[in-house]
Amino acid sequence: MTTPLLRVEDLVVEFGPKSAPIRVLEKVNFEMMSGSSIGIVGESGSGKSMTSLAIMRLIPEPAGRVSGRIEFDGRNLLDLPKKEMPRIRGRDIAMIFQEPMSSLNPVMSIGDQIAEGIMLHESMPREKRREKAAELLRLVGMPDPMGRLDSFPHQFSGGMRQRVMIAMAIACNPRLLIADEPTTALDVTIQAQVLQLMKQVRKRLNSSILIISHDLGVIADIAEHVIVMYAGRVIETGDSRSIFRNPTHPYTRGLLDSVPRLKDDRKRLHQIPGSVPLAGMIRQGCPFYARCGLRMDKCQQQMPPMQSVNSTHNAACWVTAPPLDTPRLVVAGEMR
Amino acid sequence: MVRYIAQRLLDAIPTIFLILTLVFVAMRILPGDPAIAALGDNALPEQIAEFRERMGLNVPLWQQYFNFLWGIFSLDLGRSLLSNTPVTQLIATYLPYTLELTLFAMILGVAGGIPLGVFAAVNRNKWPDNAIRGYNLIGYAIPDFYLGALLLIFFALNLGWFPIGGVGSGDIWSRIHAVFLPALTLAFVKTAFLGRLTRTSLLEVFGKDYIRTARAKGARENRVVYRHGLRNALLPISTGFGLSLLSTLSGSVAIELVFNRPGIGRMLISAIAERDYAVVQGGIIVFALFVVLINLLMDLVYVIIDPRIRVTK
Ligand SMILES: Nc1ncnc2c1ncn2[C@@H]1O[C@H](COP(=O)(O)OP(=O)(O)OP(=O)(O)O)[C@@H](O)[C@H]1O
Ligand SMILES: [Mg+2]
Repeated sequence: MTTPLLRVEDLVVEFGPKSAPIRVLEKVNFEMMSGSSIGIVGESGSGKSMTSLAIMRLIPEPAGRVSGRIEFDGRNLLDLPKKEMPRIRGRDIAMIFQEPMSSLNPVMSIGDQIAEGIMLHESMPREKRREKAAELLRLVGMPDPMGRLDSFPHQFSGGMRQRVMIAMAIACNPRLLIADEPTTALDVTIQAQVLQLMKQVRKRLNSSILIISHDLGVIADIAEHVIVMYAGRVIETGDSRSIFRNPTHPYTRGLLDSVPRLKDDRKRLHQIPGSVPLAGMIRQGCPFYARCGLRMDKCQQQMPPMQSVNSTHNAACWVTAPPLDTPRLVVAGEMR
Repeated sequence: MVRYIAQRLLDAIPTIFLILTLVFVAMRILPGDPAIAALGDNALPEQIAEFRERMGLNVPLWQQYFNFLWGIFSLDLGRSLLSNTPVTQLIATYLPYTLELTLFAMILGVAGGIPLGVFAAVNRNKWPDNAIRGYNLIGYAIPDFYLGALLLIFFALNLGWFPIGGVGSGDIWSRIHAVFLPALTLAFVKTAFLGRLTRTSLLEVFGKDYIRTARAKGARENRVVYRHGLRNALLPISTGFGLSLLSTLSGSVAIELVFNRPGIGRMLISAIAERDYAVVQGGIIVFALFVVLINLLMDLVYVIIDPRIRVTK
């Protein structure tokens, strides 16, 4: 048994005063093998971004407090002195953010922004860095990469900016790439292109990828393994194929039912009634209780523990539902 | 870029005309007869007539206006009613002292304010931030002429470290020596103003997504603050710098009085007291042109700082 690349154990993130903390993440657990791809899904506010920011130790301090363990390559990142983190960020773990419009520095040329990451982690002469930046731009499909090095972010479309972000993130061949909703802010056609690019890049660099999305299609496209989050908790986790064929938690089922299908004879899309509870206003017991169609009395008292659905698949629900008759989404690799 | 600059220069022309026209009108509607002011209450009618003739006050108003404009374009602002010295010559004599004072005050203000603001922003809500906030309050509360007098009494009179007034003798060190205290006086509130502006602008920038991106790349705190933070905060800071420069220029009037420096401000004040209209008019025009010039310079600074302006305009 090899050690996982990333192991998150009992990760808790709290905001607000210590006397009355607001828990945004409640004991998140998962692990990730080197070279694998994991997708985190969940509605807005379920804690996906908090999880990724906690891994990078980018949760603003002292407003937010992080506890638990985040083992990367066997080392607990939360134990490292703060000064050590910059050496890991960008080199071992890189991140792509949701907002390509605002995540690039408006007064720095994109060439400088890409080269900056290289400069921070590798010793390479200036000219070489520039060449490498151009090479990375070519890799992410930027036309005329050499000529665009001195352009500024506002001269690019959203899709192109996201390509620049990807080029920046992969500049130092990170072992783990975290992409927080990399396509959410983009047009549908551009989304597909960027997603395609991420898959190519991943194959080429052979890095692991943690992709966050509330779009199950994106997850199904890239991730081999899925984590479903709700109200700051992991409520179902498993192999993609198993999750999409055999969603067990009523919340996961609800999410899948709300995806439009190719042959859809429904008049209206399914919709999970209600909305994600706000952090700090989460009930005792199962946080999904109020919105659940299969709720039982005991759900009110106790958060259901993880139950095994199969060897790779667990769900935090008392009810173990029967498999779906038809798979809801085609998982990566099933369709050629 | 060149087109943008040319555009800005063209835009300044109507502003300059408007200012000159306002000055012209203001000088004509001001109460008091310049002839009486110059010649005294007991002047004879012939003397007055001769004076009006010499000053070109007998032609129709529109002609006076064109004469006025033509005078300015041929760099002739008339002569002092009192001493008959050309106003341009007076300005050429006194302006350098005002510019020298303004320049030094701005250098001190920037050198103090920006680091102070960065320090406050980085240590937000900790003691340095609070201490700086206290200094800000004092900086705004103390009138500069009062502060100037205090500094003068303490450092020049009691300790004797600086000359008590004046502009020093010709050599550069003696001039710097003489300008230091008045510049420090003006810089006191500049530093407070620029420091507070730097702090708020930086804190706003620190909340931006690209700052998080810089951290995610592995940039260390210093780099995040200066390369990514301050560089972006520079735009609002430079606006503040422009405003501050303007207020330093006008603030120099009082300071020149306190420190007995023969600058444009002092020239204006004594011209107003003596009702030397030609000199007042010349002084106001110089101030007004500086305001236009500073605004122009600020526009150029924006272009250098913010790449987004370069293309859209
Ligand atoms: N500074 C903060 N103080 C208190 N609560 C916060 C703070 N920042 C975020 N939260 C809360 O943390 C919870 C999780 O937020 P998070 O950004 O991780 O959601 P998400 O799953 O990424 O959603 P989205 O799809 O909208 O990006 C939300 O309930 C949010 O209100
Ligand atoms: Mg998010």
